[in-house]
Amino acid sequence: MAMFRQCPDSGLFFHKSAESLMKAHAVLGVVYLLIGGVLGLLVALTRMPSLHVLNAEDFYLALSIHGTAILIFWIIFFEMAVLYFAASTLLRCRPATPGIGWIGFLLMVIGSTLVMVAFFRGNSSVMFTSYVPMPAEPIFYLGLILFAVGALIGCFIFLGTLVIAKKENTYDGSIPLVTFGALTATVIAIFTIASGAVILIPTLLWSLGFINHIDPLMYRTIWWALGHSSQQINVSAHVAIWYAIAAIIFGAKPMSEKVSRTAFLLYILFLQLASAHHILADPGVSSTWKVFNTSYAMYLAVLASMIHGLTVPGCIEIAQRKKGFNNGLFEWLQKAPWANPVFSGMFISLIIFGFIGGITGVVMGTEQINLIIHNTIFVPGHFHATVAVGTTLAFMAITYFLIPVLFRRQLIWPNACKWQPYIFGGGMLILSLLLLGAGTLGVPRRHWDINFSDAALQFQYAGTAITMMGIAGLGGLMAAVGGAMFCLIAVGSLVFGKRLDPGASLFSSFGFPMAASCYNIERPGKLELAPIEQTGDSGVQAKGTFVLALVFLASFVVYFFINAKYLSSIWPMG
Amino acid sequence: MQRNDNQSATQGDEPIPPMQQLLDNPFMLVFIGVLFPTVFYILWGIMEIISIPAVK
Amino acid sequence: MSILPPSQKIWWKEPIHGIEITWIIIALIWCLVLFAWMPYWHIYGKQNLSNESYKTPPEVFEAKANAMAKAHTVRTEPKSNIPVVKPPAGSDVYMLGRLWQWWPILELEKNKTYRLHLSSLDWQHGFSLQPTNINLQILPGYETVVTITPDQSGEFAIVCNEYCGVGHHTMLGKIFVK
Repeated sequence: MAMFRQCPDSGLFFHKSAESLMKAHAVLGVVYLLIGGVLGLLVALTRMPSLHVLNAEDFYLALSIHGTAILIFWIIFFEMAVLYFAASTLLRCRPATPGIGWIGFLLMVIGSTLVMVAFFRGNSSVMFTSYVPMPAEPIFYLGLILFAVGALIGCFIFLGTLVIAKKENTYDGSIPLVTFGALTATVIAIFTIASGAVILIPTLLWSLGFINHIDPLMYRTIWWALGHSSQQINVSAHVAIWYAIAAIIFGAKPMSEKVSRTAFLLYILFLQLASAHHILADPGVSSTWKVFNTSYAMYLAVLASMIHGLTVPGCIEIAQRKKGFNNGLFEWLQKAPWANPVFSGMFISLIIFGFIGGITGVVMGTEQINLIIHNTIFVPGHFHATVAVGTTLAFMAITYFLIPVLFRRQLIWPNACKWQPYIFGGGMLILSLLLLGAGTLGVPRRHWDINFSDAALQFQYAGTAITMMGIAGLGGLMAAVGGAMFCLIAVGSLVFGKRLDPGASLFSSFGFPMAASCYNIERPGKLELAPIEQTGDSGVQAKGTFVLALVFLASFVVYFFINAKYLSSIWPMG
Repeated sequence: MQRNDNQSATQGDEPIPPMQQLLDNPFMLVFIGVLFPTVFYILWGIMEIISIPAVK
Repeated sequence: MSILPPSQKIWWKEPIHGIEITWIIIALIWCLVLFAWMPYWHIYGKQNLSNESYKTPPEVFEAKANAMAKAHTVRTEPKSNIPVVKPPAGSDVYMLGRLWQWWPILELEKNKTYRLHLSSLDWQHGFSLQPTNINLQILPGYETVVTITPDQSGEFAIVCNEYCGVGHHTMLGKIFVK
């Protein structure tokens, strides 16, 4: 039976059932982005000292939902869509067991719904981290477990699809680099989900009264193998998307397969050790464990990120120079399609992830420097640069590509599309920088009132810190406008966008109303090796990218030693 | 995508280097990717926690 | 193209770009510097987190804190009714976190060293000493011992920076350094 269609614009092949699964996961992801985004705006406006819109109870509720909906549900739903795309579409292969894929999807929907119900009932405002012994309702833990099982099924289907593609010989040579990046994300996801099960199942039993005690330090250590590694899935997935967008927009090929894939291997081996970043200020775990794990075994995963940071813009530069944008150091970048949100979103994601998210992450993950940063609002400053800009904006960018290609709809409001990455990225940049600043001045995260108006004792933060929190709120507002634009464009295009194929509709891949004529290919031609291009030293060099990389390194070194100097000024302790 | 036909012919008989074999093997990657953090982060971490002495 | 299989079947032997290899070497050196900095700071730096900690049941810790307060209370802070304790320099000092206060208030001498014991009686708390900005995670059942030497005089606040329920933002403590 013919189950494939070829997208006439991109040349990509979509299998009917993989396509339906991609659509379902991506749409659910955007639903959680919307929920998490609205509550994120309320959080940002409450932490503006001059506005302070929510009361304390609602604030902690909103913050719990914001964190969980974005850091778990939006990201992982979208990542599942990326996995189906990277395995089935890129390898021109039928997905393994699509029926079980739908069971996985259903478990994720039920699980995430249970967690939301637990939140809105009001007795589970335990934040994303749900540290014991602060209790949440049993359905909160149950929901997370079901969601994780669903995601695990998605991971196994990804691996199964790789096996089928190999067996049915749908491609020649090795899997594409983007699929390899998705494989990296899958490996990390399997570790993440297994760790989640190890700690959340006993916690569920504890909340039901079958177990008396969950050790808080044990909980924190294993929970962060879930909480932090889940964000490392994002890193691998969005780096894969950077490579994909470089290939889609510029036809860029990796500078060298060997270097980029080895960098992903370093992620597979070491990235997950960084869960230790959260345990640095904890009692009892030795400095040896902390130093080894927090440094991803001698910063080898940081090395990997620095490699991707060079090779992604580097491969774009080489592709652009071959097209003739060869003047000076930066003509290739100047002449890039800055009005195309697929490119601008991806490039802003790359720059802010590296310069802000990457540098601050390593600095605060240094064992001793963590003493001046642990649990301050510096931490949210860091992860808004990594997850909100790095991951979310990369996912938004690829969505602008997927709406015409996957959903066969034209994007509505081209002008809004053009500006959206700048508004969202700009707002998040302001938010991140000011939270980093306020955190450096000691402002705590997850705190309703840094003026302590109801407290028996009093303390006054520096005026600068209060001002910074105010401006951060404005950044949050701007980012929320950008996020709302994205949701409106995405949903609006699915509903009102011009149909690119006759008869194509949102549900056509699901079978009603059936646009069977679209799916007229029984078996796509074998995916052949990429065409040979000149590589290596004899080819075009990426000098501009190298200069950017050196600027990055200089910022990194300076910022690290500024913080080391700051550390040396606090009370001596040992 | 067009491809030069002799490109694979010229290296057809060469054995695939061990590192490439590893990177082409998803299940090996899953194995080491779960093994490393489980040993270094989780098991070592749990041992640290268990060996914290009780207060006198 | 990154979305196609590599152009060579054996891509492991492809040459690497000159700037890639240069960058990898530079980045690796920086990574090793970052790594070496942590042991370096353990030896030459003055701000390190001690590895001394114990499994301490909350009631045991509370009894020790009460005993210290009973022996060394100098006055009571009027508004909050929390005792202000002035332990001798060099001694073991206890401070406990509970919903939603840090207890007791301490009065320390500048440039004297104390063994500060920290634990929680109920949920997790965050010990955030401001404005000097020292931040530690405090867990129920575990006791952290940090040797501190206040080198500034004045009034310092301990903000709770681990979310601990709806009164979290009212949880403040004090250390006076004279």
